Amino acid sequence: MSLRLTALAAALMLAGSAHAADQIKVGLVSTLSGPGAGLGVDIRDGFNLAMKQLNGKLGGLPAEVLIADDQQSPDIAKQAADRFLKKDKVDFMTGIVFSNIMLAVGPSVFENKTFYISANAGPSQYAGEQCNPFFFNVAWQNDNLHEAVGKIVQDKGYKNVVIVTPNYPGGKDAVSGFKRYYKGKVADEVYTKLGQLDYAAELAQIRATKPDALFFFLPGGMGINFVKQFVSAGLSRDTQLFAPGFSADEDVIKAVGGSMLGMFNSSHWAHDMDNAENKRFVADFQKEYNRLPSLYASQGYDAALMMDGAVRDVKGKVDDKAALQKALEAKRFKSVRGDFKFNTNHYPVQNYYLRAIGKDANGRVTNKTMGTIFTNHADAYVASCKMK
Amino acid sequence: MTQLFLEQALNGLQFGLMLFLLAAGLTLVFGIMDCINLAHGSLYMVGAYFVAAATQAADSFWIGLGAGVAGAAVLGLLLELSLFRQLYKRDHLSQVLATFALILIANEAVRVIWGAQPVMLNPPDALAGPVEIGDFFYPAYRLVIIAFGLAVAGLLYLLVAKSRVGMWVRAGASNREMTEALGINVRALFTAVFVFGTALCALAGGLLGPLLAVQVGMGESVLILAFVVIIIGGIGSIRGALVGSLIVGSVDTLGRALLPTLLRALLPADAASTLGPALASILIYLLMAGILFFKPQGLFPARA
Amino acid sequence: MAFYRPAAYQKPVAIALVIGLLALPTALTGLGQEFYIGFATRVLIFALAASSLNLLLGFGGMFSLGHAAFFGVGAYTAAICQQAGINEALIAFPLAMAFAGIFALAVGAISLRTRGVYFIMITLAFTQMAYYLAVSARSWGGDDGLPLVGRMTLAGISLADDTYFYFAAFFGLTVAMLFFSRLADARFGRVIQAIRENETRMEALGYPVFRYRLICFALGGALAGLAGALLANLTGLASPNLLLWTQSGTLLVMVIIGGVGYLYGGAVGALILLCLEEVLVGFTPHWHIALGLILLGVVLFAPKGVAALFGKKHG
Repeated sequence: MSLRLTALAAALMLAGSAHAADQIKVGLVSTLSGPGAGLGVDIRDGFNLAMKQLNGKLGGLPAEVLIADDQQSPDIAKQAADRFLKKDKVDFMTGIVFSNIMLAVGPSVFENKTFYISANAGPSQYAGEQCNPFFFNVAWQNDNLHEAVGKIVQDKGYKNVVIVTPNYPGGKDAVSGFKRYYKGKVADEVYTKLGQLDYAAELAQIRATKPDALFFFLPGGMGINFVKQFVSAGLSRDTQLFAPGFSADEDVIKAVGGSMLGMFNSSHWAHDMDNAENKRFVADFQKEYNRLPSLYASQGYDAALMMDGAVRDVKGKVDDKAALQKALEAKRFKSVRGDFKFNTNHYPVQNYYLRAIGKDANGRVTNKTMGTIFTNHADAYVASCKMK
Repeated sequence: MTQLFLEQALNGLQFGLMLFLLAAGLTLVFGIMDCINLAHGSLYMVGAYFVAAATQAADSFWIGLGAGVAGAAVLGLLLELSLFRQLYKRDHLSQVLATFALILIANEAVRVIWGAQPVMLNPPDALAGPVEIGDFFYPAYRLVIIAFGLAVAGLLYLLVAKSRVGMWVRAGASNREMTEALGINVRALFTAVFVFGTALCALAGGLLGPLLAVQVGMGESVLILAFVVIIIGGIGSIRGALVGSLIVGSVDTLGRALLPTLLRALLPADAASTLGPALASILIYLLMAGILFFKPQGLFPARA
Repeated sequence: MAFYRPAAYQKPVAIALVIGLLALPTALTGLGQEFYIGFATRVLIFALAASSLNLLLGFGGMFSLGHAAFFGVGAYTAAICQQAGINEALIAFPLAMAFAGIFALAVGAISLRTRGVYFIMITLAFTQMAYYLAVSARSWGGDDGLPLVGRMTLAGISLADDTYFYFAAFFGLTVAMLFFSRLADARFGRVIQAIRENETRMEALGYPVFRYRLICFALGGALAGLAGALLANLTGLASPNLLLWTQSGTLLVMVIIGGVGYLYGGAVGALILLCLEEVLVGFTPHWHIALGLILLGVVLFAPKGVAALFGKKHG
């Protein structure tokens, strides 16, 4: 099989000009096992849903989606990506959840001149100095959701805020994103251990500082632990909780339940957004997987649609890299988040919304869109990107 | 200030007792059967999932807790009969490899059955909020954990030190052949101890579920802490497990509460904000290394 | 456990292996399977790491769950060297071995006072400390890890080409294996194995038991450091994941399935485990269940490891 493909690739190269491929291959490397698996599974399911709606075709050509689990380890992710690039010779890659894994895999993808459509990870490096023509992010830059929270906390007039994040660079980036738009007093910045279980000590210190709002960025299980313990400590009466969308999405709500009622968060997408594409996506996702989609699922879905649009635009000639890049930049698809465009660094310029957790008509605890925080918001790093 | 101090003291106690629930079962299996069980954390995870599932089915946390713990005990029984029984006499390497394999299987099986996303397990409504005494707030559910921890500690003390079964267990651990010669079925006794240990850690999983995320992999982070506790306390000693839990619980809580403030007073703000949390996260490991340096067998060695 | 004594067929097997491994990249390229050169390199590196653990575990009788720390220190040293402008492997790799060895010396000096399970746990504690420090160290990339810009050069030759790098890793492993086989059969190896068998007797005979153990521990650490530096070059990243205790567990699993105390135990185990992963991943995302069942099978039916199934009983 591989031998035949290599021969085919060699023949194509000999032919010299770009022909329409007879098949499109996509390599999806994502976190499908371990504590972060929920995120990767949603990206994969969103992507697969789009493929199903497209009848297994991208841009009208039959498509094969190869899936690998990175086990949340940069080392294993790189190995899986190398297999897709060198052995399977994929035309697109996508799926990575975590920025550290993206940074480990990126160099081999770019060296191989394969387009990477990021359905989640949006590291600042690839938005700024290390921006690359082969990297597109269809979600957001990591800081964006934190910036949106900073803006809304500022706009709502909170004056005394405590910030909680794990003690690692991602946490510090969240703090700087938040502070870019929140200019009021920060009563305390609490840095916790990565993977911490019990937050009682921190909560007691927070109670003593009497903040009117609290911004936390605690990915995965840490956020679930924190919210449960925050509410049971009775702190929610005097302190308003804020978080970026990924700490308050359907996966977290499903695990925490009613305790999250009234919490504010920021996102570029919500399942109740009123456009035809989104309605179809949310309805089909629930039918297929029997749960509400999360923002990760919407990003995986959009990544597939983006590939579909671009392949159709170049009429299947995916070997013409320059034309394919133009087609991707032109964004030939309708996103479930509504309209947006790509910036010069291939990151989105888009709206960010305020969501609050409440009960819907069926009594289900879920996110509701409350309003717009930013309109056509770009990221802070685009100025240092010199796209070649 | 006194309120903060009291709250932190209670937090230390509560975190300590939570660790004790986990460490008690581990130290029994480890100390008596001389079996390193890395899958102890997985039994804790399975316990939490059983309790969550039973709670959802019965719509009552307490019924769910009972049913879940019973279910986990049955699983423990099956595991003992099929696998662990063969591991007791093997070296530590085989035990580590076999139980490491169990971790892989358990995590993946849970993911197949319940999915990759965390599941919901909440405390009964009456205990969801804080208890208020004047100005003082404390989470009601944490008080429940303190009560359970103390009850389990008392029960274990009575069982091991005062009861006939406890005497058999201690005898079986120190000289198996002699105990068998006295007409006691050591094999059945070990099975009973293992099942009891499993039930204890499923109880820990079920009780902690409402405070922590019930998710795949929740067992591993907790496993390391439980090992630290029983190493500090001395393997096989219930008293050691209790003292070790309380030491680890209070040192960790105090470190997290005080270190950042302390360092901020001593160092420039930037260095303090980096160093403080880093130091707080390794504090219990430093403590363990320090204790082992002076007491290479832990604080209360069960066997001299 | 019996004393190590090289089997009669060991030399011809080793020579055949060397020839086979030397020809491997050419064969893979000929078959159009260049991807597997990278995979083979990975196997060689893990074979080195697992063999270094086998030195501690199989020969020294020291059951450590902290080996990942030395592996990780080696990887970080390589990445930091490159950050500091040292791009020559002939300088960076010995430095990685030195730092990992010194760190192992310090950890060993404290840990070797304890025995049995206490030793397992105290070595684990040091790994956890190293992990949390690496995660919080912003200048070393923290949780993201410290990337390498590209592979280093070896004596001025760039290792960017997969085949060249394969030969570099192969050279490292071969030298290490020669060193192991000499060491195991030399006076030092005899003493350290005797200490494993009966510590009290060796103490009574006047051997400085603690010092022997410590040296063995540090040697194992230094070789793990070399493996770490190679791995950082292979993946282009020194990641805190390398310092996690589960990484120690993986190395341990390799040694146990390969055969504790057998010269090739670590290498055989690394080969088996990585190939199993490679094959199982292709079948099902739930491959952990299959791997777990296979490991259980090894414990129950091949308790001395796979290398033991082929080797005759020594001693």
